[in-house]
Amino acid sequence: MNNILNQIGIENYIFLSVLLFCIGVFGVLYRRNAIIVFMSIEIMLNAVNLLFVAFSTYHQDAEGQVFVFFSMAVAAAEVAVGLAILVSVYRNLGSIDIDNLKNLKG
Amino acid sequence: MSSILIIFYFLSAITLAAAFLTIYSKNPIHSAIYLVICFFSIAGHYLLFNAQFLAIVHIIVYSGAIMVLFLFTIMLMNLNKEDEVHKPRITRLGAIVVFIITSIVLITIFINSKTILGDYDVSGEDFQSIRKLGTVLLNEYMVPFEFASILLLVAMIGVVLLSKKEKTEQK
Repeated sequence: MNNILNQIGIENYIFLSVLLFCIGVFGVLYRRNAIIVFMSIEIMLNAVNLLFVAFSTYHQDAEGQVFVFFSMAVAAAEVAVGLAILVSVYRNLGSIDIDNLKNLKG
Repeated sequence: MSSILIIFYFLSAITLAAAFLTIYSKNPIHSAIYLVICFFSIAGHYLLFNAQFLAIVHIIVYSGAIMVLFLFTIMLMNLNKEDEVHKPRITRLGAIVVFIITSIVLITIFINSKTILGDYDVSGEDFQSIRKLGTVLLNEYMVPFEFASILLLVAMIGVVLLSKKEKTEQK
């Protein structure tokens, strides 16, 4: 298992991460439900983390994995704050359709 | 074709299909379940890299904490119904075009940067065991580690403030 990238190849992981990231972008643009938009953001974060770990193995360096650890901490905080904002939006508007959030629009 | 390559293709197919179904399914609860499957297959990718620490932390944080948070929010707001209106057709078409163009551009960038990447050489020394990661985390990255704990504390206080019900001031 030590020479994993000789057997799989870094290109395959690049393709996988790019496709996963683009699926996340597609979800943000395609859906109106704000919770699904949050899930798409999580998918994008995970795609980037996967590429970090792949290149950490490629360069045989532990710092990429440490960075993924910090990125997970930030993602956890982001999801908690975002869902709290969604709950208060739902209390005020009665729906979480992102096309209804026009209160800041002049 | 080696067996590791077959495992990789299998896991990748699960990851991509689950991520797509997360976005495509209409019921938010089904989306959350597909997202759990996607996260578990990404943890499988980490295990394939022999990154045990990250695989365990990924399962605990994402499949445990974040998914429970999502499911609680969906059920709290009673959203498990399929009455979402679609975006206008031109917006959906634009989303598909953006998906294709972004994929092509990113793949081209990464493949063309292959020349400055350097070679992959297996040194054979240990670089990703939990012991090594702990040493790196608590020596070189001591200050960011403490800042991460402050970030989580501030996020917790902010969440409590945000989701507290405001008292109505009618007497």
